[in-house]
Amino acid sequence: MDQPDGKGPDEGQTTGEPDSEIESHRAYWRANLRLLGTLMAVWFAVSFGAGILFRPFLDQFHLGGYPLGFWFAQQGSIYVFLLLIAVYVVAMHRIDRKFDLDDDDNGGRG
Amino acid sequence: METQTLIYLFVGLSFALYIAIAIWSRAGSTSEFYVAGGGVNPVVNGMATAADWMSAASFLSMAGLIAFLGYDASVYLMGWTGGYVLLALLLAPYLRKFGEFTVPDFIGTRYYSKAARVVAVVCLIFISFTYIAGQMRGVGIVFSRFLDVPILWGVVIGMGIVFIYAVLGGMKGITYTQVAQYCVLIFAYMVPAFFISFMLTGNPVPALGLGSEVSDGSGMYVLQKLDMVLTDLGFAAYTDGSKSMIDVFCITMALMVGTAGLPHVIVRFFTVPKASDARKSAFWALVFIALLYTTAGPVGAFARLNFIDTVNEQEYAQAPEWFTNWEANDLIAWRDKNFDGRMQYRPGDPFEGAPVFVEGETGLSGERLTENPTTANDNEVYVDRDIMVLANPEIAQLPGWVIALVAAGGLAAALSTAAGLLLVISSSVSHDLLKQTFRPKITEKGELRAARIAATAAIVVAGYLGVYPPGWVAQVVAFAFGLAAASLFPAIVMGIFSMRMNREGAIAGMVSGLGFTFLYIAYFKLWEPAANVEANWLLGISPEGIGVVGMVLNFAVAITVAALTKAPPADIRKLVDNIRVPRGAETPHMH
Repeated sequence: MDQPDGKGPDEGQTTGEPDSEIESHRAYWRANLRLLGTLMAVWFAVSFGAGILFRPFLDQFHLGGYPLGFWFAQQGSIYVFLLLIAVYVVAMHRIDRKFDLDDDDNGGRG
Repeated sequence: METQTLIYLFVGLSFALYIAIAIWSRAGSTSEFYVAGGGVNPVVNGMATAADWMSAASFLSMAGLIAFLGYDASVYLMGWTGGYVLLALLLAPYLRKFGEFTVPDFIGTRYYSKAARVVAVVCLIFISFTYIAGQMRGVGIVFSRFLDVPILWGVVIGMGIVFIYAVLGGMKGITYTQVAQYCVLIFAYMVPAFFISFMLTGNPVPALGLGSEVSDGSGMYVLQKLDMVLTDLGFAAYTDGSKSMIDVFCITMALMVGTAGLPHVIVRFFTVPKASDARKSAFWALVFIALLYTTAGPVGAFARLNFIDTVNEQEYAQAPEWFTNWEANDLIAWRDKNFDGRMQYRPGDPFEGAPVFVEGETGLSGERLTENPTTANDNEVYVDRDIMVLANPEIAQLPGWVIALVAAGGLAAALSTAAGLLLVISSSVSHDLLKQTFRPKITEKGELRAARIAATAAIVVAGYLGVYPPGWVAQVVAFAFGLAAASLFPAIVMGIFSMRMNREGAIAGMVSGLGFTFLYIAYFKLWEPAANVEANWLLGISPEGIGVVGMVLNFAVAITVAALTKAPPADIRKLVDNIRVPRGAETPHMH
């Protein structure tokens, strides 16, 4: 890799910010990525997993008159998507505050 | 009151409402024109996003597609909702934190390159125009069937309405009209769905009704009966698709990623006050969208069952009024292949292509004659899928005001989406091409004027595409998703999640992704439509799903090229670091 200044891309040496702030940004970003990874795994599992790849298998079970795989494909996945975003909003807000990076009152109309 | 009078009344009232809102919310600055001043409440924005998102394709075509495709249509239901998870998690909060006006703004700034900005503008205009053609077509269909005006005049009237509120009000006018349009369209969609579900199953909630037993005393579940009726006639079972698994997988993925990459959807998240509001707004948007999407599946299934019940083996002379009405509008046709005067509805096309009617000539039973070459199967009925939602209340014999409501709802869906698309087209021309690239010295007033002129020009082009459409509604729209998935989405995601992604990588990625997807789709849809069969497809992936391959190509090319070229400058890394945290969002353009 070609680094014009001879340092890694993430070192923030030109920003003049204290190390602690860079460190806290990094920790925040790692926490964010962990949350994203979990939620995206569920996202994939309900739609592509239950609704498509395992649909033929799941269709032997029924939810009322719905074959289960068909239900996931046309109903269930949508409900889970909603739930995922709701969890994301709440969990992310908690992470924002933990790292003191939220935009609760100082953000907004700058 | 007559149904026809009611239709004029409902459509007239809804139009008056949109125009009143447009006058009340006239835009005075570029910030108001592009992003409604950046101060829209997240719930309001969610509702506007839902209206923006749910187009003529969602409202008019989707339930029809579901009715005729059964399980295979799950690609639309999952694809067009799952994309919001990607939007909420991967794009919306960061783009809002970035705090500019347009999608090319982000790409141009993040990749420190006017060339990247122009490539993004080209992608955006391409995607938006293919998408908008479908909307104008939807407007034309509603007008020609319900208001008895030719498609041309229907499109002209629709263009006039959009012109008033999009050109005057900009994003501000559009946002508040979209809220009104959402209310109209969701009400119009739910009311007949409740009625039909109740009549068929005794349960008024459609999502529950589809899982219940048919209330005809047979003790069968709706889906069970539908599967039985269809297989008896020789169709595939409703709950069993006929597409291959890899194709279903790829189409769903392309639609999801495409949804997240559609500029007119992304730009809605620039209008809320801060990054955390962008997340909430994505949630509300999906709530409002899910209301319609969880209903569309049942509506499609009920429509198919009712359609077969009322049409199959029915004497043409006794055909219901809606059947002959739609026939008069060229969207339904019947050819009496066995001369028994009854309509046999079976698998396959009754004749080749869309019906070409012989003017003024009728057959033995009084049906309109078509000159298309006959096909060798027993099916006698041609039905355009796009009419199912509009015809549904009539098929179920619902009262006139419900039919009028659906007509107004269809127009609301088409107009709200068209307006959102026109806005991103005009702002990419006035802001990205003029202000940021070719005429940086333009004044704010001049930029605002340019935005309005660009919006006007875009309306005219869209209208032309609506009158002379390059295909039926949903098919045209599918084109836009593949292109968005293969071009804009990867560039934006890498811009946020990779510090190392640079100008060279992003441009090479976008160009190769867009180029590949465009050529693949154009080859099968335009140049060699006859070759558009599974045996010829790359890995068995249809043109609808190929955007996924384009996306993978985009990522691969971008990462390879970026690894071989210079890393982005330090201030870009600082920018990325800044958009990753929510604190400190600004009103767009405070600098």
